Amino acid sequence: MTKFEIRGVRADVLIGAEEREEILKGVDLTINSGETHAIMGPNGSGKSTLAYAIAGHPKYEITAGEVLLDGENVLEMSVDERARAGLFLAMQYPVEVPGVSMSNFLRSSVTAIRGEAPKLRQFSKELQGHMKDLSIDGSFAARGVNEGFSGGEKKRHEILQLELLKPKIAVLDETDSGLDVDALKVVSEGINRAKATHEMGVMLITHYTRILNYVKPDHVHVFANGRIAESGGPELADALENEGYERFVKAGASQ
Amino acid sequence: MAANLGIKEHSHGAGELPVSRLDVHGSFDVDDFPVPNGREEEWRFTPLRRLRGLHDGRDIKDGKVSVDVTAPEGVTHETAPSGDPRLGTSFLPTDRVSALAFRDFGSFGEATVVTVAPDAKPADPVFIKITGHEHGDAYGHVLVRAGRHSEATVVLEYAGDAVYADNVEFIVEDGARLTVISLQDWDRDAVHVGHQYTKVGRDAKFKSFVVTLGGDLVRLSPKVGYTGTGGDAELHGLYFSGEGQHHEHRSLIDHNVSHTRSRVEYKGALSGEGAHAVWIGDVIIGEGTEGTDSYEHNRNLALTDGTRVDSVPNLEIFTGEVEGAGHASASGRLDDIHLFYLRSRGIPEDEARRLVIRGYFAELINRIEVPELRDRIMAEVEEKLAEHE
Repeated sequence: MTKFEIRGVRADVLIGAEEREEILKGVDLTINSGETHAIMGPNGSGKSTLAYAIAGHPKYEITAGEVLLDGENVLEMSVDERARAGLFLAMQYPVEVPGVSMSNFLRSSVTAIRGEAPKLRQFSKELQGHMKDLSIDGSFAARGVNEGFSGGEKKRHEILQLELLKPKIAVLDETDSGLDVDALKVVSEGINRAKATHEMGVMLITHYTRILNYVKPDHVHVFANGRIAESGGPELADALENEGYERFVKAGASQ
Repeated sequence: MAANLGIKEHSHGAGELPVSRLDVHGSFDVDDFPVPNGREEEWRFTPLRRLRGLHDGRDIKDGKVSVDVTAPEGVTHETAPSGDPRLGTSFLPTDRVSALAFRDFGSFGEATVVTVAPDAKPADPVFIKITGHEHGDAYGHVLVRAGRHSEATVVLEYAGDAVYADNVEFIVEDGARLTVISLQDWDRDAVHVGHQYTKVGRDAKFKSFVVTLGGDLVRLSPKVGYTGTGGDAELHGLYFSGEGQHHEHRSLIDHNVSHTRSRVEYKGALSGEGAHAVWIGDVIIGEGTEGTDSYEHNRNLALTDGTRVDSVPNLEIFTGEVEGAGHASASGRLDDIHLFYLRSRGIPEDEARRLVIRGYFAELINRIEVPELRDRIMAEVEEKLAEHE
């Protein structure tokens, strides 16, 4: 049983050497393993910043509050320590790393997370199984990390890593954006498989309700102006589908 | 950034004058080139003192350099004395060292002439290994002619110790495809000033990989011109300049014919005090030509403090009918975002750095289609990386 707590987190985006801007203005959220929390909100509300700040992206700095994973202070950990502690971030725009083969990268990553190098044959079988599940062509293993991949291919590779690394808490940042319906189904099935095979808490950041038809949330939070503006059950997503975010954008503007 | 970056105004009228400043000098007469003093545009990045006399041509006499050629079926190789009419038909020396080397290489032996028969497609590469046997001065000359519609790979390898200047001619006849891998794998004290002159024929394709790892000072000038439409030249380069090493690459692509294409991509890494890399990328798009497609790119990765990079793209366009022309140059440290991505997957910082650095080299090395060479180059890169990791 894992408890992931975000308490009063404020964060800045670092724009230049001297320039910064506060994006997160006090975020509180608790996710237990087995739960799926959808974070929904208009563009620019700070959803992605929350994801990146938690993962330790160099462009963001948390200025106040705390993030705890089973009571351990995540903010005192380096980026790779956070991942080894059980945090995973599926990125909206996965990074291309030229010349580093996908297979080499995945093996290094699995070795680091599991604490020992997997047996080569076993690992190769495991990898091939996951790739097949996600309809990823075998030739991708030899290619550079995300190099020349289409948007949809990159997203499937993020979920491939999710399935391989089996994190305690998965933060999925707009994994559904830019996917057609078929790709969305493949990716959603991957997320559901990961949820079924190991106890995992999910923070599912999305702009649209579409993915929630495939990945069922237990809780829905509306994110606006750098904080959670409203929380509820799945019915909140339906309300958003009908009403849009206007109410929240206006509320923020009048503050 | 150099003052002559960008598009040049063209002086009309004087019929005798060459069109481009970049192409002004070309002569077999050594006396047409004054002894450089280091202030000239083409010499200002080169530490002349470390050329050990190659630039003035005094006392070039006591070196011993051997040339060994292994050629597959379909390829002949022979030697030819200075004065052989086949030599020097494809170029005019563009600086004093090149002119000296052409005039005097005969004192050190004969030129190496490699000929790929027309239509031949040898399965294996041609290996030309040039080895310096003692730290003396010498000149050399190599001519590679790829016959019509042939398809071949030539590996030109420099090793050992020498103070060496040479001219290499690549003549790619119509419809031929020639791939050249030039590996500067000199011992640490060697000095090498080399010119590689290429003529690309109609619908011919020239692909070059220049890999410079060794030497105290290596200054290579690959120059490409076209003899027919539809010619294509790709110049890939990789250098790893370690402590105190000077690696200088000066490419010139002369789009003197319509509908020709070129790509220049050189990337390098520097590590250690006094490591100095110079990249000059000259591209001329000639008067009256149309349909030129050209792009050049240089990237540099500084792995430690105390290194220096000079990266200067020059583009001169003398026509309005260009299909594409551009350049880019970027120098810096490892990309934070690359490291972040790998580390966000649990990979510790040290290992993430190692992976990204190796990836930087592997991206280019993987394009070389000779597997044993790929492995060897990667192993040498590893060895150099180990000095600072």
